[in-house]
Amino acid sequence: MSDIGIWITALATLAIYSFLYRDNPFYKAAEYLLIGLTVGYSLVISVKTVLWPGLVLPLLGGDTAKIIPLVLGGLMFIRLVPKLGGWSRIPLAVYVGAGAGVSIPAMLKARVLQQMGATMSNVTTISGVIMLVGVITTILYFYFSREQKGLLQPVAKIGTYYMMIFFGATFGYTVMSRVSLLIGRMEFLLGDWLRLIAR
Amino acid sequence: MILRHGKMPQVSSVPFALLLIFFALILPSEAAAADWYAAERTPELAAVIICAAAVLVSVYLARGRRFYVRPLPGVQAIDDALGRATEMGAPVMYLTGWGGDLARPTTMASLTILSHVARRTAAFGTPILFPSHDPVVASAAQDTIQQGYAAGKRPELYNSSDVAFVTQSQLGYAAAVDGIMSRRKPGAVFLLGSFEGEALILAETAHNVGAVQISGTDSTIQLSFFLVACDYTLIGEELFAASGYLSGDPLILGAVRGQDILKIIIVAVLLIGTVLGLLQIHVFAEWFG
Repeated sequence: MSDIGIWITALATLAIYSFLYRDNPFYKAAEYLLIGLTVGYSLVISVKTVLWPGLVLPLLGGDTAKIIPLVLGGLMFIRLVPKLGGWSRIPLAVYVGAGAGVSIPAMLKARVLQQMGATMSNVTTISGVIMLVGVITTILYFYFSREQKGLLQPVAKIGTYYMMIFFGATFGYTVMSRVSLLIGRMEFLLGDWLRLIAR
Repeated sequence: MILRHGKMPQVSSVPFALLLIFFALILPSEAAAADWYAAERTPELAAVIICAAAVLVSVYLARGRRFYVRPLPGVQAIDDALGRATEMGAPVMYLTGWGGDLARPTTMASLTILSHVARRTAAFGTPILFPSHDPVVASAAQDTIQQGYAAGKRPELYNSSDVAFVTQSQLGYAAAVDGIMSRRKPGAVFLLGSFEGEALILAETAHNVGAVQISGTDSTIQLSFFLVACDYTLIGEELFAASGYLSGDPLILGAVRGQDILKIIIVAVLLIGTVLGLLQIHVFAEWFG
């Protein structure tokens, strides 16, 4: 990175960190810069990688099937005309329906069937038994059709303990990864920018 | 929920759906048509049919009566949080997170809860701020909030600049929301949807501005942050149950009941499969891959 680039990056980093004290003009400037840059960048990327090669070029090449996404995309803009705004719900409905149709079978396989298979096939070990108990009790914690009373109460309680252990472990793990990000920033500021430490 | 309320143009969904099916049938290539059935995916097909059947039967049975859904503390706190924001004269902020688009179930469930929040805030005369990372989600939220205000007989409260797309960048979104929070100082912040690394940044800022935070997500990693930083947290599927509980919609309540039936089926299959596995019969384990 050039010296100018390092200075801009360092000052932008400090401007963002200044929010730790309170909202201030430096943070606002960095915030607006970040939003403007990212919106402009994603617009260009969308045009270059999606609209142009995925819609315009196929349409110019005679691919009539691409008329469907063109019409659906165009309908999204109809909401700018208040009287016809309801038509923009058609592409939203197609989007939601297609998304759910694609994701549900994949989610069922990855998050339900394969997990069930793995849980059932490992019960000959202690960890497998612990896993089986955890899976069943946690599933039953999320049973909403009756109050957690009677037999369901202790079962759901065990499920809660399992979840808390999981949340504690993921919290610690993720905090460690965030600390490593902070260390990276500090190394940049103290090393690349101020040259106080060796890089 | 987006499609069922408000002024929809007089377009019947049936011909439109038939048109889509027609295009789906004529557009695939010959090679794709020849391989239309993947035998190795039969377990998924069976699972989809069982899930659909359980939910559809429950939805059918839910007509004309209200299924019981266990009360959740986070849901019961929603009205208190809205009341507090109103007393403070502060707006309410509603976030669906950076992690999901409109097709994600969590986003859909979150928009159902948003509909309830919009109706309640209309009654209180409290504005809602909804910055979004996704223009499509922002559009759906605009519709939802407008309809909520209309249902609350306060359509004039709607301000399109309060419900808007900011940026698709994760950290840009976090920076923008933090800035809005620190300047508008909402009295209640709802973090309901799909969140990723921005979850703790948003929750901490909401805490710093003194807002009541009600969170909920199915992002397992981020749940730990919400549990630490927020006043109330809906864990995973509680978010979906909350949308049914608040809307009172027989369709959603029936779906919640259907999912409960599926959970019992899953537990039963796990226990039977485990016993069979101990007897060296691994039919279930092999079938589920």
